[in-house]
Amino acid sequence: MAKQPEKKKDVGTTGHQWDGIEELNNPLPRWWVWIFYATIVWGIWYTIAYPAWPMLQSATSGYLGYSTRAEVAADIAAVEQANAGLMDELAVADLATVPSNTALHSFAVNGGAAIFRANCSQCHGSGAAGGKGYPNLLDDDWLWGGSVEEIAYTVANGIRNEQSPDARWTEMPAFGDILSKEEIGQVVAHVRAISGQDADAALATAGETLFLDNCASCHGDAGEGSRDMGAPRLNDAIWLYGGDEAALTESVTMARFGVMPAWSDEHRSAGGLSAAEVAAVSLYVHQLGGGE
Amino acid sequence: MGILDRHKVLEKNATLLLVCSLAVVTVGGIVEIAPLFYLENTIEEVEGVRPYSPLELAGRDIYLREGCYVCHSQMIRPMRDEVERYGHYSLAAESMYDHPFQWGSKRTGPDLARVGGRYSDEWHVDHLADPQSVVPESVMPKYAFLLDAVIEPGHIADLMSVNAMVGVPYTEEMIASAEADFTVQVDPFGDSDGLLERYPGAQVRNFDGQPQLTEMDALIAYMQMLGTLVDFSTFTPDASR
Repeated sequence: MAKQPEKKKDVGTTGHQWDGIEELNNPLPRWWVWIFYATIVWGIWYTIAYPAWPMLQSATSGYLGYSTRAEVAADIAAVEQANAGLMDELAVADLATVPSNTALHSFAVNGGAAIFRANCSQCHGSGAAGGKGYPNLLDDDWLWGGSVEEIAYTVANGIRNEQSPDARWTEMPAFGDILSKEEIGQVVAHVRAISGQDADAALATAGETLFLDNCASCHGDAGEGSRDMGAPRLNDAIWLYGGDEAALTESVTMARFGVMPAWSDEHRSAGGLSAAEVAAVSLYVHQLGGGE
Repeated sequence: MGILDRHKVLEKNATLLLVCSLAVVTVGGIVEIAPLFYLENTIEEVEGVRPYSPLELAGRDIYLREGCYVCHSQMIRPMRDEVERYGHYSLAAESMYDHPFQWGSKRTGPDLARVGGRYSDEWHVDHLADPQSVVPESVMPKYAFLLDAVIEPGHIADLMSVNAMVGVPYTEEMIASAEADFTVQVDPFGDSDGLLERYPGAQVRNFDGQPQLTEMDALIAYMQMLGTLVDFSTFTPDASR
């Protein structure tokens, strides 16, 4: 027979009865009761200490004066203050000389790497190797210049955007409206010839004059490119949009219009980079391999 | 024992119990929710926030239709790591014309509250058509069909009227010129003065680079304006909000 629990003392019943079963009036466990009272006390303390009660105009702000906005501002200020010396130095530094200042350079490169991963990697790739239409930043082929100052200018103002009035800006014409299909074929053959690729010699020779008349003013007589114009060098094996016949024909016919946003906080009030951050990410890019 | 004995009446009468439970919950709801509509420190008016232009509104509809909110939030929380990564934390006023808001609680992809102006239009086309072509580690699905989905402005005035019904201040004039505003926003050579007057800061260009107006245009127009309306160089946050 199952052992019946012993009744320690007579606690009485609640008076509820159903089908002959009575409900005993046992007290709640002590630990439970005390925790219950403690939560009530905690709840009252909490509404006094923190913003809680709605009044007529505004809610009580709480004895501790806590505010999420003040907290994040304090968090950011603390980090800014910890870095203040180096960041201030970076903001006004002569960028060309920073690489010889080991402490500052190493700070900038490490910080710049984080900025690059958060803001630049989506287009230029997490390893900065770029992709079709987004320049590789590891090589020494620069569209607008590869010194730290020039990189910083590009980062701050961007390219062909509507955000910065000082954005780097040139526009290649769409030669589909200017040259015939046949002529475009000749220019493409010439570009393939000067970049060391297989090309129909007759077409390439015919394309040379067309190239000199239409393309050389920006891309140079020998296709060496021009940084003043942001015109890519065409006589090497590095291509932004591809160097095969189809890609070149498309580039000449439709033209290209690569846009880079402006990153300076002057042009992006809600999330731009400060002068020091622009300097840091530029120094990071500069030391990746191609910096001049 | 008095009133405490009366609970028997409630316990033995299911309908009455239900009605009284509802009354109790209603009191709780009123106390917690109603003050939010009048308390000064829950309402913050911010300069620059305006209703969506017709094209942006259509883009927002596509954003909802495709379920972008399932993976992307639009709410930068006031925490240092988020502010450092995405920009200034979101203000409630920035989503005041969102019905429904897109704050979200799940981030498989990054937050998009300030994606406007971070990338070029061309990048958005490349990325929406084939995300892995620009971000190889991405798990986002492809939306290349948006490039082929030509969109007509026929429904846009109705869409704006519905928004006006739930409180977005679209004027009669805005609704009347909805179709014209819709098409002119992708035409850099068109007369967009009226559009810019009605929707200050609207960006006018051919977003997807194609001659026809597609859903890609609308979606990119929407994304390129996200988080760009408030000028934070002149905005001072009130710590009590």
